[in-house]
Amino acid sequence: MNYEAVIGLEIHCELKTKTKIFCGCETGFGAEQNTHVCPVCLGLPGVLPTINKRVVEFGIKAGLATNCTINQYSKFDRKNYYYPDLPKNWQTSQYDLPIAEHGWVDIDTESGKKRIRLTRIHMEEDAGKLVHSGTNIKDSATSNVDYNRTGVPLLEIVSEPDLSSAEEARAYMEKIKAIMEYIDVSNCRMEEGNLRADINVSLRPEGSKELGTRTEMKNINSFKSLEDAINYEIERQTEVLEDGGHIVQETRTWDPERGITLSMRSKENAHDYRYMPEPDLPPIVTTAEQIEAFRKELPELPDARRERLQQEFGLSDYDAGIITSTRAMAEYFDAMVSEGADAKAAANWMMGDLSKNLNAEGKEIQDSPVDAKRLAQMIALIDKGTISSKIAKTVFKEMWASDASPEQIVKDKGLVQITDTKEIEGVVDAVIAANPKAVEEYKAGKKKAIGALVGQVMKQTKGKANPQMVNQLLASKLDN
Amino acid sequence: MRLFEQPAHVLHDMLVKKEITSAELTQDVLARMDEVEGDVKAYLHVTKEAALVQAKAADEKIARGDAIAFLEGIPCAIKDNICTKGVPTTCASKILEHFVPPYDATVMTKLEKEHPVMLGKTNMDEFAMGGSTENSGFYPTHNPWDTDCVPGGSSGGSAAAVAAGTAIWALGSDTGGSIRQPASFCGVVGMKPTYGRVSRYGLVAYASSLDQIGPIARDVTDCAHILNVIAGHDEMDSTSADAAVPDFTKALKEDVKGLKIGLPKEYFVKGMDADVEKTVRAAIDKFKELGAEVVEISLPHTDYAISTYYLIAPAEAATNLERYDGISYGERVNGADVVELMTNTRSEKFGEEVKRRIMIGNYALSAGYYDAYYLKALKVRTLVQQDFTEAFEKVDVIMAPTAPTPAFRIGELVSDPLQMYLQDICTVPLNLAGLPGISVPCGFSSKGMPIGLQIIGKALDEETILRAAYTYEQTQDFHTKMASIGGKNA
Repeated sequence: MNYEAVIGLEIHCELKTKTKIFCGCETGFGAEQNTHVCPVCLGLPGVLPTINKRVVEFGIKAGLATNCTINQYSKFDRKNYYYPDLPKNWQTSQYDLPIAEHGWVDIDTESGKKRIRLTRIHMEEDAGKLVHSGTNIKDSATSNVDYNRTGVPLLEIVSEPDLSSAEEARAYMEKIKAIMEYIDVSNCRMEEGNLRADINVSLRPEGSKELGTRTEMKNINSFKSLEDAINYEIERQTEVLEDGGHIVQETRTWDPERGITLSMRSKENAHDYRYMPEPDLPPIVTTAEQIEAFRKELPELPDARRERLQQEFGLSDYDAGIITSTRAMAEYFDAMVSEGADAKAAANWMMGDLSKNLNAEGKEIQDSPVDAKRLAQMIALIDKGTISSKIAKTVFKEMWASDASPEQIVKDKGLVQITDTKEIEGVVDAVIAANPKAVEEYKAGKKKAIGALVGQVMKQTKGKANPQMVNQLLASKLDN
Repeated sequence: MRLFEQPAHVLHDMLVKKEITSAELTQDVLARMDEVEGDVKAYLHVTKEAALVQAKAADEKIARGDAIAFLEGIPCAIKDNICTKGVPTTCASKILEHFVPPYDATVMTKLEKEHPVMLGKTNMDEFAMGGSTENSGFYPTHNPWDTDCVPGGSSGGSAAAVAAGTAIWALGSDTGGSIRQPASFCGVVGMKPTYGRVSRYGLVAYASSLDQIGPIARDVTDCAHILNVIAGHDEMDSTSADAAVPDFTKALKEDVKGLKIGLPKEYFVKGMDADVEKTVRAAIDKFKELGAEVVEISLPHTDYAISTYYLIAPAEAATNLERYDGISYGERVNGADVVELMTNTRSEKFGEEVKRRIMIGNYALSAGYYDAYYLKALKVRTLVQQDFTEAFEKVDVIMAPTAPTPAFRIGELVSDPLQMYLQDICTVPLNLAGLPGISVPCGFSSKGMPIGLQIIGKALDEETILRAAYTYEQTQDFHTKMASIGGKNA
């Protein structure tokens, strides 16, 4: 039997507010342990929360950017469970009246666009970080808690189970990441845990409407883990079902080192969170005017921008999709264009040498040693004919390694293209004279032989000869 | 007459006129403590040294001829569930036996601007759960009028201290009657302001939607002055009322002519002590004499108030008390792993009543029961609120006994928690509705135990109940009587 996967994601997105959700403590990452704390986020006896209004603003903006309905009457609830990283032993979250509901985003799949529905977006506080002497809380002699992260605001973005593969799940999470970056509510640095996903996976016979029993994997914090964990879980569940077994509803943990999921907690041991309306926080009431004001503040979103790049610059859907897939890429592109670079050339260089170099060094575009301005200047040199596209690759490499402007590099390294017919002709004549065999072959009809001759000319001019002129000169001399 | 017998406003005038010093006053109250605290046990923690330093500072200020605040230099006591920076705050629970808050409750920050002399922290029912102070994790407090009787609770320590003369005034907290009932039992004035009138920041939460801090004092005048200091919106408490705070002392006027008083028939319950009924009715007759109009009203959902309260309060308490797990503060009882550590800590360090309410609360919130219990209780709470809203369309204040009986004997109701819960029948509905209420002494039982009259007002209308209480107070001297404790007369 063939099975199809049914996947839903709960994405936790850490918000980039200056202060925590319910107190005035800083939110910054990487501070000394337990320095961003106060009586409120430590949950000391007698403290009360006060809502950070920016969190509500960010929640509403996230909802609007993902086509949600904003609940004008929303409230916080206590989600109760005992865990030492949670000083109050409840998480202040939202239960039945989240800030936003019923949204959607579109993703690209092999068979075209697919609409993924969002169940809800709610606001909540993050928990602290446990540091164990062993591998987990059970087998450790001691565990320490760092409360710096306690109370850092989160949005939990819950999708419907509309995803059917690891690739779709990745595309969906990338889309959510892009949107959150665009609307500037989160840094979305996955390596810092700004964006984490809980994945629900179940299988059902292809064509069936009923949902199978699902398993949940918590705290996935990279795209690779997301895909690997889903693929592993699909395979594992397929095997269980094919062997005539049943899937157990449980929480599993993804072990990225071993590349497997392991059972953590079964449904029987699932928490009863005993949700209760948070009596210390009044409901959040938002007017239609406030919502409209937030909507007006939204920037152009990835899909609209992608559309615009195609319309305005004639980029392909694919190129426009990649360039708009992160806010930083889109801004880099815009910066190049506003520096006067040709849009298509700008796109080509971004998708080509720039991405290659960034990937090789594991860098994000915002950390690129070559900024948009210099890359645009380099493209201008190509346009002017000062350098060839081929030489440009050398110039790019030099730019990557230094802060020098492309003009300076071209000048210092003597990379100016040779466009002087006389000078090229001299080299062409010499190459023809020195390669009678290739000339013979060419004249006998093997037109490809000209390539070797072009190569020779380029080699002798250290790549600086204008390749078009070389081709023309060679052809005209050999054909006569 | 000794200094400790006087209300704060008299002592303030004496300080200003330099008839006494704060040091003399403080020494007198401390001497009283030496005489009677062994019998009363109102305090959990006495800050004698700090008190004398504060008294000296006030005296220096007076000597310099500087103006002093109303409460300046006057000895007071603070219920032990109000966080005091650097001073133990245990909530009378073993689980917080050595807990010293690193921060002050908002009421303490406000009080400190007045430079009162803080004598210490008072005993209470553990985490404010109880009406007798017998649920203290350390020891019960005794009623100064009869040390075999309870002082009421949960602010029993604060009420007993004021009644015994071991504090001139005190702060308490009221979740279901915890200021008013002990004030009634101890023959002092106790006021629960409107929910949100006083910041709860730093008040260790029992039931967040019901808790409110308020004053316990010798008379209505002191209550108004204290309320002036502690009331007001607080950014640290999102539930605090963002309303203008009047000068409550302006309400201290003898004027009840034309005041419409409602007597809820449901509050004069069967099983009510005959002395209580007689005394309270006599007080109400006094109002009639003074020109007030008395009408019978109905608050039809009163019968459900107790059950509603005993679902909502434990549910909130169950979550509020989750934080006491032995992890980052408070007492810890170790275990083989973290679950055992938390379980051992909570099992050993919480008292029986606290555990009972945690269990009730968790039951009411658990999956499958939430709708039947907690959600239903919230709906009934709305009905109780509506009762008052409708009643206040017809009357200006509502009057009733504060408690159905005078103080009962220590141990009398310990084995009967339900009977104990019924003690709250006249006080709990106000908390559910968020309304202000004041208990003023209105006489004594045949056994000589104090009885309190409760005056209930509209939301944020503390002024009217202060005015009514003040007017009544001028007609009698119950509030000026001091208890004789173990033969140690005042």
